[in-house]
Amino acid sequence: MSVVAGPPRHRTGAFLLLFAIAVSAAAYASQGLGLGDALPDGFAVKTAVFAAITGAGWVAVRIMARGADAAIYPTAVVLGGLGLAMMERIMVERGQPQIAENQAVWLAIGLLVFVATLALVRDIRRLDAFTYTIGLAGLILLLLPVVPGVGYEINGARLWVRFGPLTFQPAEFGRLFIVIFLASYLSAKRELLSAGVGRLGLPRVKDLGPLLLAWGTSLAILFLERDMGASLLLFGVFTAMVWVATGRVSYLVIGVVLFAVGAYLGWLTLPHVQARVSYWLHALDPENVGALGYGQLAQGWYAFATGGMVGTGLGLGSPTLIPYVGSDFILAAFGEELGMLGVSTVLLCYLVLVARGLRIAVERHDSFEKLLAVGLTTVLGLQVFVIAGGVLRLIPLTGVPLPLVSYGGTSRVASFIALALLVRTSAGPWIPGRKAER
Amino acid sequence: MNGQIRRLGVGFAALFLVLFAQAAYVQVVAADRIANESGNAARQIRAEYETQRGAILAADQSILAESILAPEGSVFRYERRYPKGVLFGHATGFYSRIFTRTGLEQAMNPYLAGTAPELAASNLSDLLLGRPKVGGTVVTTLVPVLQQVARAELGGLAGAVVAIDPRTGDVLAMYSNPGYDPNLLSTGTTAEIEAAWDTYEADPRKPLLSKALGELYLPGSTFKIITASAALENGWGPDKLWDNPRVLDLPTTGDDLENFGGSLCNGGSRTVSMQEGFVESCNVTFGSIALELGADRLARQAFDYGFCPISPPDDVSCSDPPIPFVLPFESGRFPQPDYFEERTPALAYSGVGLDNVVTNPLHLALITAAIANGGTMPAPRLVSEVRDPQGRVVREFAAQILGRPVSTDTAVAMRSLMLQVVSRGTGSAAQIDGIAVAGKTGTATNGEGRAPNAWFTAFAPAGPGQVPRIAVAVIVLDGGDEGNEATGGRIAAPIARALIEAAL
Repeated sequence: MSVVAGPPRHRTGAFLLLFAIAVSAAAYASQGLGLGDALPDGFAVKTAVFAAITGAGWVAVRIMARGADAAIYPTAVVLGGLGLAMMERIMVERGQPQIAENQAVWLAIGLLVFVATLALVRDIRRLDAFTYTIGLAGLILLLLPVVPGVGYEINGARLWVRFGPLTFQPAEFGRLFIVIFLASYLSAKRELLSAGVGRLGLPRVKDLGPLLLAWGTSLAILFLERDMGASLLLFGVFTAMVWVATGRVSYLVIGVVLFAVGAYLGWLTLPHVQARVSYWLHALDPENVGALGYGQLAQGWYAFATGGMVGTGLGLGSPTLIPYVGSDFILAAFGEELGMLGVSTVLLCYLVLVARGLRIAVERHDSFEKLLAVGLTTVLGLQVFVIAGGVLRLIPLTGVPLPLVSYGGTSRVASFIALALLVRTSAGPWIPGRKAER
Repeated sequence: MNGQIRRLGVGFAALFLVLFAQAAYVQVVAADRIANESGNAARQIRAEYETQRGAILAADQSILAESILAPEGSVFRYERRYPKGVLFGHATGFYSRIFTRTGLEQAMNPYLAGTAPELAASNLSDLLLGRPKVGGTVVTTLVPVLQQVARAELGGLAGAVVAIDPRTGDVLAMYSNPGYDPNLLSTGTTAEIEAAWDTYEADPRKPLLSKALGELYLPGSTFKIITASAALENGWGPDKLWDNPRVLDLPTTGDDLENFGGSLCNGGSRTVSMQEGFVESCNVTFGSIALELGADRLARQAFDYGFCPISPPDDVSCSDPPIPFVLPFESGRFPQPDYFEERTPALAYSGVGLDNVVTNPLHLALITAAIANGGTMPAPRLVSEVRDPQGRVVREFAAQILGRPVSTDTAVAMRSLMLQVVSRGTGSAAQIDGIAVAGKTGTATNGEGRAPNAWFTAFAPAGPGQVPRIAVAVIVLDGGDEGNEATGGRIAAPIARALIEAAL
């Protein structure tokens, strides 16, 4: 590994963070000017608070994760900042500014959890010690919404859990636990799983156990919780990690075949899946444009098309015409007001995160760390592809949040935990009072 | 493992590349098509209301429609005002975010909204100079004074008036009574706009519909202009004598054709010239001429005058409108000749503007203009030019000729016949001291139990060698305020006379 630099990286990172804060503040100012010809109320104070909180996060990274990847944190900040600006713009027009404020608080909580994660997980390899405990916890979290009395449905998908007044989507955390479990399990068993039999190098049947278990869990999520997005993400990350761990293309092929079979079964038997496919294919048919399900995809496309190359300008479009624009469809709001350039910028930010994540995986030597970085990155990249492809009508829409940008507390917090783990992986262990490991 | 990780990176790059490609397709390649779909109406209207829409001007440059900054707190930045209210409602149309657009607001929308290619240069300089985008200005041919006279003369009567310049086809006045106020449908709260719409929709006199060009009526005796033209074109002079029975016994049926009110023509003489028949508007004479001409010649003359061929009773729609116009315009209809094969009496009725012949004031004014113009029929022109926000003319609409429905000789002979209608015939109420007026009356039955529709069409100055500068057509519906006593000469001719006086 050729990472030398405390100082150069440090400066790059600080510069990137300043840039991220400036872009966020500009977006926040711009939406106010577009919406009401004036800077948002308390613009200076809010910007200062945003800069202070994100700056404090950066200092925490500098202290607890010296030598960490310099791009991940600023990229997360700019995505969070752009998301907040857009949330403010949408919720003010809807007359619900308190929702935007909630999201600002959730962003702050996310940053706090990010720092807390760095503080708690001082050595990433210690996570390797609790393989099955973490795996079991992940499975429980994923399947919790199915438990009668605990889980309940919103919009036809059974993803929510309620404990007293608190509701949250445990799948977001469940996915994280599963990724840690898989990194741990696969790093231990990868030699075994790599050994194929026969001329085709097919894995032994008994080694297929975990793969089939993951497939089963994904199907359970699909059929019991009716959550196509979560199901696809889980299975996708699982397949990718097994393939990376073993290097056997046969796992990839089997994964794709199992996915195809699962998707086909779902399409055959689940009206909810059939409807999603129909929305996707026929969203813009004139008789459907106003209809439930079709309408939001049509409005999303209209928003993208109206935005064109450069967009209407923040605060000057009509993204509130799009149902769920704050959550699933937030990318369409960017498409309308910032155009293809804005959409590309947001997607490029995610691509930076994916590239940095995989870079970390390549650079680490420990197979657990490598697989963990691969898993965390794959979840993020796949999630972006699934929701962006969904709103762009590239693939059927399955509701998952756009990480760090969409409305949602659980999702923000889970994303920040994942990023903290990536940062920790890249930095190596933190032993207070001592200089960085390398 | 690094090999797989790098390949995974390539895989993600490929996935994101597909996202970029899809974004480029939706936002650039197919953006215009998608954004212009009707499902996106909310954004389209909002975008329109964000730019200052161009004005619509009268010929004297007075403002018929303009966009002004909306009061503080309005949903949209601009609102549309029509300073003259009802007077030009049917011409400008309305511009409603709820009921979309009609009239010139619809027909000239690309210019008014500033999206027409002619305005691209102006838009670009606006963008470069940081000026707000403003739509183009549409200049019409309408003359407010004449429009005002038309409205005042109609007063409370339902009907319509069209005045055009025969030399150019310029529409000088086009008013239909009762009209509507486009302000009420274009600005205000949603509830106010919907309430105004409901009121207009509920009115049995259909104020939203222009009787000048959007409806069709039996032309009655004004159609004798076409029948006489066909006779003259066929070489039958105005002095040719025709049998003059009290009623025309129609072949193959027990029906017959009477003169107006069952009266005698030319005092009941044994024969009568076409000229006398025209001046007194004798139905018997023109029924006879139509039968003698035959369906082919009469229909051909009607089609040359811009009547649209139809095949009643099953199909009376006009699929290929013969007279182009900037607004939705129902040109008159005349049956295909084969319609008359089994229906000889219908030919006699058609010769006097009954049966399945229909027209409206705009079309009739154009026919009159053709005669005034020496046989050349102008195309109607309502918009003369479009200017960019800096006042430069970016599009001119030149006067155009529709065709030559009759020869110069026929036009001269028709002028003489129509002069006599006013000087000594049924149209004497249109006489003006010092101005030679040529005209034709019409009084068309309007169905059982309803008072007739009264017509008058005229042009002036019509003296020998004079170049007429105005052609007018007037319809007063349902007898106006005279009920069954109404005739074109009594109730419609004075309105035409007032317009000519005001114009000359």
